[in-house]
Amino acid sequence: MSGGRNCEHAVEVKDLRKTYIVGDQQVNALDGVSAQIRKGEFWAIMGASGSGKSTMLNILGCLDRPTSGSYFLDGRDVSKMDDANLSDIRLKYLGFIFQSFNLIPQLTVAENIALPLYYQGVDEDESIVRAKELASMVGLSMRLDHKPTQLSGGQQQRVAIARALSNDPVLILADEPTGNLDSATSIEIMSLLSEMNKRGKTIVMVTHEPDIAEYAAHRLVMKDGRVDRIS
Amino acid sequence: MAHLSIIKRNIKLGVKNLLLHKLRSMLTMLGLVFGVGSVIAMLAIGEGASEEALSQIRKLGSRNIIISSQKPAEENSLANNNVRMSVYGLLYDDYRRISETIPTILKTVPVKSMQKPCRYGKRHMDLRIVGTTEKWFDLVQRNVIAGRIISRKDVDEMASVAVLTDHGARKLLAAQNVVGSTIRLGGNAYEVIGIVQTESESAGTMQMPDTDVDVYVPISTTRLHYGDIFSQRKQGSDIREQVELHRIIVEVDNERNVKRTAAAIDRSLSISHKKQDYYMDVPLALLRQARATKRTFSIVLGTIAGISLLVGGIGIMNIMLATVTERTREIGIRRAIGAKRRHIVFQFLIETLVLSIIGGVTGIGMGLFIPWVVTLTTGMPTIVTAYSLILSLGISVSVGIIFGIYPAMRASELDPIIALRHE
Ligand SMILES: Nc1ncnc2c1ncn2[C@@H]1O[C@H](COP(=O)(O)OP(=O)(O)O)[C@@H](O)[C@H]1O
Ligand SMILES: [Mg+2]
Repeated sequence: MSGGRNCEHAVEVKDLRKTYIVGDQQVNALDGVSAQIRKGEFWAIMGASGSGKSTMLNILGCLDRPTSGSYFLDGRDVSKMDDANLSDIRLKYLGFIFQSFNLIPQLTVAENIALPLYYQGVDEDESIVRAKELASMVGLSMRLDHKPTQLSGGQQQRVAIARALSNDPVLILADEPTGNLDSATSIEIMSLLSEMNKRGKTIVMVTHEPDIAEYAAHRLVMKDGRVDRIS
Repeated sequence: MAHLSIIKRNIKLGVKNLLLHKLRSMLTMLGLVFGVGSVIAMLAIGEGASEEALSQIRKLGSRNIIISSQKPAEENSLANNNVRMSVYGLLYDDYRRISETIPTILKTVPVKSMQKPCRYGKRHMDLRIVGTTEKWFDLVQRNVIAGRIISRKDVDEMASVAVLTDHGARKLLAAQNVVGSTIRLGGNAYEVIGIVQTESESAGTMQMPDTDVDVYVPISTTRLHYGDIFSQRKQGSDIREQVELHRIIVEVDNERNVKRTAAAIDRSLSISHKKQDYYMDVPLALLRQARATKRTFSIVLGTIAGISLLVGGIGIMNIMLATVTERTREIGIRRAIGAKRRHIVFQFLIETLVLSIIGGVTGIGMGLFIPWVVTLTTGMPTIVTAYSLILSLGISVSVGIIFGIYPAMRASELDPIIALRHE
């Protein structure tokens, strides 16, 4: 396999297309998107509703496959992988941050953070050590045994960030990470993401708020499934 | 991959999720609990009943055939007309012929029995005199408590010796120097030479050949003292009967020959007996009856168990499907993080298995409790076999797998994108 840690680009997509057939209508959610994201960059994907941001993020996050086009993640061609291989890619190389946090309510903070490690088969003791480190990194070391419902929105999103970092991913994907937060908390969360970016993490974030997009060094604006402009 | 630790953690997670909905989990398990409980309980009761039947057959002797004299139906109606004497039943000749001509017969025991008042000092009670030979004690094997049993010599010499039952000895002799005492049967004196235990209960429709008011005496002595004619006062008129032998008990060489031998005896007897003045009991037939009953019982049991386990299984599946829907988002999260389909299948399957095993174990508890209560309240013997416990646990696990696999597959096939959007 080509690629790996010495690859310059975290993401290389070429002429990505995603077509949905609704009734006898053909919807081109992505209509030929090409982009390159270097390691260590922080990108914001913007655009009007229906412009294809979520579709783009799902494909970048290996939750979905393009109808055509190529996608190299850290040098690996993942555009034609099957479900099991894509699961493996998500497990090893990707981290997700969602608008609605998406923590598992039955699990504690520590267990949520360590969930990717559990699926990687890391042993329990080691997972706990990692979860503690990550929790203190996001400022939640006192909350390890709490349940998500006992935390504020901002705290929950911090747990989600810690979870996204736990497998040391090549790429972190954030879908409107501050969409459910007030402006003060939004700033905290964005500062945390910026800090992670400064420590070398590659981040791709979808947002429609210009001031949130300001935290990213690069902006990709979409329109009707195409790249409208890059800045 | 550390499979054992994944199993361990999945079990922990499963238990946690079930505890989250305690009432619902309990109600879900109920079907399985009752299913498994009733299987074990019914098997225990069935096992107890057939074991009891078997032990009774053993006491009757599985290779024995018991031929008894009976007053033919027509003689009974004639008795009203003041017939002087009715003559019926088995003859000494029958005994001789049966024992000499049928090669599959090992031993033949003649029995002559009659009610007589028995006295010892001031004590008295009615006993059933059983005039027989030493072979009686081979065919009706009972513990000898004291002294000895009747010998060949006693029979040959027409000795006035008697063997009492433990019950008779207790009532008549109390605790006094039992063996060697002299008792009177009717007008004759006998020396008590021994005491045996008895089985006075009945096995199914068959009466044990012995009762607890028996007194065993050499048949030659019985014939000498009391003859073959019996008088009885009934409804104001004297009824006189001549019966040579009341019973003939034979032992067949092999269980396989019992049926054939019974037929041969019947053929031999029917030549000299024009009227049906005897009947035959074959303890082995009881065994067949017990087996047939057990088979019927098993079919009924299997059906009931099958239905209740099916209902239990459907209950579990229903709840698991609801759980999968409820936890769609969790499934989406796990898949996004990198869980493979098989991880999701495994997680939900383990949860169903935990549910069904807890249900099964609770059912086993119930299945142990019910027979215990049955035995305590009705005295009916019950036997819980290890096999029924293993079977039940096996069934529980199978139910968990069979009815858990579909919801688990459903969960794993959810599209993670759609699952993540689920509210
Ligand atoms: N599963 C789907 N089936 C059909 N059409 C879809 C589906 N997902 C997205 N689309 C369509 O693709 C286009 C892009 O959608 P999306 O990527 O969600 O845009 P955004 O996230 O920018 O609002 C829209 O027109 C949307 O209706
Ligand atoms: Mg969207």
